[in-house]
Amino acid sequence: MKKTLFDKVWDSHVVQQVEDGPDILFIDRHMVHEVTSPVAFLGLKNRKIPVMYPERTFATADHNTPTINQHLPVKDPLSANQLKALEKNAAAHGISYWGLGHEKNGIVHVVGPEYGITQPGATIVCGDSHTSTHGAFGAIAFGIGTSEVEMVLSTQCIMQPKPKSMRININGELGKGVTPKDVALYIISRLSTSGATGYFVEYAGDVFTAMSMEGRMTVCNLSIEMGARGGMIAPDEKTFDYIKGREFTPTAAAWDKAKAYWDTLHTDEGASFDKEYHFDASEIEPMITYGTNPGMGMGITNGIPTAEAVEGGEATYKKSLAYMGYNEGEDMIGKPIDFVFLGSCTNGRIEDFRAFAEIIKGRKKADNVTAWLVPGSHKVLAAIKEEGILDELHTAGFELREPGCSACLAMNDDKIPAGKYAVSTSNRNFEGRQGPGSRTLLASPIVAAAAAVTGKVTDPRTLL
Amino acid sequence: MAYDKFKVLTSTAVPLPIENVDTDQIIPARFLKATERKGFGDNLFRDWRYNQDDSPKEDFVLNNPKYSGKILVGGKNFGSGSSREHAAWSVYDYGFRCVVSSFFADIFKNNCLNIGVLPVQVSPAFLADIFAAIEKDASTELVIDLPAQSITISSTGATESFDINTYKKGNMTNGFDDIDYLLNIKDNIRDFAANTPL
Ligand code: SF4
Repeated sequence: MKKTLFDKVWDSHVVQQVEDGPDILFIDRHMVHEVTSPVAFLGLKNRKIPVMYPERTFATADHNTPTINQHLPVKDPLSANQLKALEKNAAAHGISYWGLGHEKNGIVHVVGPEYGITQPGATIVCGDSHTSTHGAFGAIAFGIGTSEVEMVLSTQCIMQPKPKSMRININGELGKGVTPKDVALYIISRLSTSGATGYFVEYAGDVFTAMSMEGRMTVCNLSIEMGARGGMIAPDEKTFDYIKGREFTPTAAAWDKAKAYWDTLHTDEGASFDKEYHFDASEIEPMITYGTNPGMGMGITNGIPTAEAVEGGEATYKKSLAYMGYNEGEDMIGKPIDFVFLGSCTNGRIEDFRAFAEIIKGRKKADNVTAWLVPGSHKVLAAIKEEGILDELHTAGFELREPGCSACLAMNDDKIPAGKYAVSTSNRNFEGRQGPGSRTLLASPIVAAAAAVTGKVTDPRTLL
Repeated sequence: MAYDKFKVLTSTAVPLPIENVDTDQIIPARFLKATERKGFGDNLFRDWRYNQDDSPKEDFVLNNPKYSGKILVGGKNFGSGSSREHAAWSVYDYGFRCVVSSFFADIFKNNCLNIGVLPVQVSPAFLADIFAAIEKDASTELVIDLPAQSITISSTGATESFDINTYKKGNMTNGFDDIDYLLNIKDNIRDFAANTPL
């Protein structure tokens, strides 16, 4: 039978099937962070059972961590307590823990690939919806809830019905200034935030073949924002080059064995999908969102769509625009902004900082803009310094913060104040996501950079 | 964690006819700092429910004494966004045992099923009927019959059946969870693990 990439990875991980119920799926790698794990560890304690495979489990602290003065004790007692709990739980169960200040610390979905924990053909879960990021390597990776975290800790398995399959094909070549983030926001705007619910997505076509590994991570990361369980891209030479030699990547005979498996990981010619979409790369321009969900995105030079032009309830749409303080039909170009956030597991990698730096080079940060530039990990931070990007940022009037999730979900002190506008490279523009009352415009790192130096929404192509 | 068995639930319902209600609205991130599963109901819909000075927003449905009950009825694509199970916990902790919508986000639906909140997906037309019936009379009861897989609006008698897989249905009606099941097949899992390539 002809199989899809997804079928191959899924089927090879099914321990058994429950009659008229879910599949029992074996999980190769489990990433853990401080926010969604404490209650799961408490569950183990109550049941008096151990972690089944501590060596398949990796813990890092990211959601709740401060991004300045990380060497000092964490001020917020609740955050400090949660970090402490993870440290204790990891130690008690023999799980590796990259806590605050650790040289490998960073956002869970950034450090996984950096250290070779993320591998093609693996099943990877984490109590965070953007686990889909790891699909960039041809892994099946998805977010889970805390009960499921407990399930994976205690049994290394998860019970899930097999999702339906979808392929999104984009062929042709992307225009100048059009980045992986724009590709993802474009797809979500076409499919809506629920358009892929119940599906696992494979991205295919010229655009993804040509894309860097980091770009692929950005695209897969955002799969969840159209409701998909996850997204994946078939591994190729670029993938193997990327993972080779990393700390947790297999070596020698183990590499050969793994590689033999990885070489089978592509969708067979003629395999069928439950749903398939085709888009043309030339239709995509730099994107920006104008509303309160990631599906409310548009080409940056367009006008805000009118209620009749969009699918869904008019009342919900109008409520959303009212929250943003925008009106139907208005241009986004030229809208004043207050904050810029570069970071998150969507766009907090070195290529994102390079792209940002390219725009701000020779320019100055606008006076009306507060910019929070937050690397996704210590490794990214080190590269920013090594490559001289830090000097360029300083020259242009920017400062760099320390790694973490930061304003992506504003659990720490990095909260956008009520009513303020932030151009953010993160993944969610929900009401209050970046702080109570905050207003988020999702965009690529270069759109963020263009906004940071002009103080308003600006087409980055005019600055390239 | 074990939870109450779910058989037939008859209750008035709280209407929230908004689409794409995301889990950041259900429970904002700043309330995720607990290390125990306690007290999440107080912050359910926090920013829609309270002003910044913590006074209740009068126009929000949970602050309207007219509406109460163990069933929450939401608009399409309920529970999108973050995977935080805290969202399902806050729904449960507030006192809801069932959420009705015409469409649920995947992870939220799973999370609900894992903790004993029944997600009932109805057709868009039936959802509209529910909202209309509650608007007409806030004391309208809904009858959720899990064994029969049906939902009925008692004031109009209108009824519709809903889907749930047999395994999950068994868990809900017995108050079991997946971990109980998996712990029983640990040897099979171990054998399987020994033969994985990664
Ligand atoms: S950066 Fe944002 S989306 Fe990514 S893991 Fe952190 S909180 Fe989740």
